[in-house]
Amino acid sequence: MKDIAIVAYQQSDGVSDAGAVNEVELIMPVLERTFTQARLGSAQDVDFVCSGSCDYLQGAAFAFVAGVDALGAVPPIKESHVEMDAAWALYESILKIRMGHAESALIYGFGKSSPGELPIVLSQQLDPYYLAPQWIDSISLAAMQARLMLDQGLITERDMAEVVSRSRRNAMSNPHAQLAGDVSPEDVLAQATYLSPLRKADCCPVSDGASAVVIATVEKAREWGLPYAIISGIDHRIETHNLGMRDLTDSVSTRTAAKHAGMQDGRVDVAELYAPFSHQEIILTRALGLGAETSINPSGGVLAGNLMMASGLSRIGEVFNRIVGGEAQRGVAHTTSGPCLQHNLVTVLEKA
Amino acid sequence: MANLAAVVGIGQTRYTTKRQDVSIAGLVREAAVNALQDADLGWDDIDAVILGKAPDMFEGVIMPEVYLTDALGCNGKPMIRVHTAGSVGGSTAIVAASHVQSGTFKRVLTVSFEKQSESNAMWALSNPQPFSTHLNAGAGGYFAPIIREYMRRSNAPKDVGIKVAVKDRLHGARNPLAHLQKPDITMQEVEESFMLWDPIRFLEACPSSDGACAMVIANEELADQAVKQPAWIRGVAMRSEPTTFAGRDEVNPQAGRDCAADVYKQAGITNPRKDLDCAEVYVPFSWYEPMWLENLGFAPVGEGWKLTMEGATSLDEGGDIPWNCSGGVLSSNAIGASGMIRFAEAARQVRGDAGDHQVEGAKLALGHAYGGGAQFFAMWVVGSEKP
Repeated sequence: MKDIAIVAYQQSDGVSDAGAVNEVELIMPVLERTFTQARLGSAQDVDFVCSGSCDYLQGAAFAFVAGVDALGAVPPIKESHVEMDAAWALYESILKIRMGHAESALIYGFGKSSPGELPIVLSQQLDPYYLAPQWIDSISLAAMQARLMLDQGLITERDMAEVVSRSRRNAMSNPHAQLAGDVSPEDVLAQATYLSPLRKADCCPVSDGASAVVIATVEKAREWGLPYAIISGIDHRIETHNLGMRDLTDSVSTRTAAKHAGMQDGRVDVAELYAPFSHQEIILTRALGLGAETSINPSGGVLAGNLMMASGLSRIGEVFNRIVGGEAQRGVAHTTSGPCLQHNLVTVLEKA
Repeated sequence: MANLAAVVGIGQTRYTTKRQDVSIAGLVREAAVNALQDADLGWDDIDAVILGKAPDMFEGVIMPEVYLTDALGCNGKPMIRVHTAGSVGGSTAIVAASHVQSGTFKRVLTVSFEKQSESNAMWALSNPQPFSTHLNAGAGGYFAPIIREYMRRSNAPKDVGIKVAVKDRLHGARNPLAHLQKPDITMQEVEESFMLWDPIRFLEACPSSDGACAMVIANEELADQAVKQPAWIRGVAMRSEPTTFAGRDEVNPQAGRDCAADVYKQAGITNPRKDLDCAEVYVPFSWYEPMWLENLGFAPVGEGWKLTMEGATSLDEGGDIPWNCSGGVLSSNAIGASGMIRFAEAARQVRGDAGDHQVEGAKLALGHAYGGGAQFFAMWVVGSEKP
């Protein structure tokens, strides 16, 4: 199979409310910066374009169509869309390159979550007959998961607070972070609980924004003369939707995906994990078997800002940045979807 | 080059206004089980599942793959959800094929569905948006002016659409899965049906259907061992263009022409009318048959209607290039599945497994889907012979 490389990554600043800015206006500045970084003129200069978004965030069917209008798809382009995080759009693009129908691809994700109540909106991805009518929001489900872990003695509230503290401190060096600061675990523990046992700081913020990535065959990346990181493996797995049938304190699908992506074949210097809640970062770290040699969420992760439908792609982009920046030789990026880490994607990136 | 891949199993539900006997999960599972049975395979033989449907707002289930993983036997496997507007059923089949053509998987299941009885498509397509023009028209109102422009340009007789409406329903009467069963339909009946969006009459529009369609796609090695004739994928193509671009020709979109040229090149087709044995083309409103006959190169610009009127696209009239032998979208429209049904029905033809709507000796067939404001296109060519 062809080796595929990432050659560009850009993300907008995470903001809690982008105001009157519409989705196209969120996407375009990010794409412009991405084209500049990859030295491309426009979407016409790649062989394939794929995006990830969610109609429900915008409250309109076909939210992605506006994105196509913004791309300058004249003459027509080869283009597709997943109603998932854009990390899965990257996955679709990799298949397209592997089958020889493209040598390069532009991938972008965007979401404007602020107009709605995201935790309530996400309740509508549950079983429509038995669960969705109860409007069980995503934070309540995560709180239940955290409670299970606390009750079983798998974590302490201090462990969770330490995750938050590290995120806030790491995020101080991330110019796109929405939440950053010199916050100690004690500061977190001093906060009142929000949805017990979760404190507000244990939950990712709601953010508006977009991110984009350009990938290409290694031959193409060399031809373009751009610094790149190689995608050495990518795999994703989904688990049962019935929460009662899963061990919510573990993430079997993350472990399986990591194995199939070849994560175990080398040292992991950096990991960017899509953990919308502090205790989920601990679940993921353990599922992946990450130890002290791995820097976890140096960007601050999604606790520092969660661009729905783009956060997973951003995790991959953040690992790319560490590798081309010379801070890491090899890293892993994780993406999740569904309640309580139901669906997980793992990407392994390596220095060229 | 892409690895070889073929359709080795096809399963559909019957299409009807309301499938109140099954949930959404029950509906997709029925199609999936039918596809597995057709391929003589079990759930364990599937490496990944690729799901497609039209907007989540139709049924009100966000990212339905999250809920449908159990019904589709996907626990522990990869699952992906494609959404490219009305072309989604076709795009989903193409994304599924890429799982195999890339050499990443050996055998995958792809499923698409719509349960319109549990949804309100007109509402979902029409809710007003800030900063955007409010389109309170639905699909028929959107496409009617484009059809009128086609009629003006081509000087086609007024009854071309009526003829397509009759032809596709007569085809549908041969297909026991088709939603509309109208074996006695006449030109007069269509003409007298009420006008919905001038010039589209009630019987010139597709119905609203519940239904699901599924396919099993396998690599060369496994397809060679298939229990039934495989439908070899000879070409796949997708194209998109903007909805709102002043220079866009909405009657004969460039994206459709480019997409067709791409897929024909891959399949070695130089004269689609001659080289292909039949086609399943997304015709939700009658006049789109002559329009797509031109867009897809079966007829010169301005002359697509002549093929329709000559009976060239009719199975009953012994036409040389039958279109939509299954009855097409005009006979069944489970929106998110409609594109995949076209792709699957093209495959049924070259597998020689299309029952009473079989085109005798069909060896090469086109599957086509379009969506949005006629701006998203997905096409594949399947053949009985390994390329």
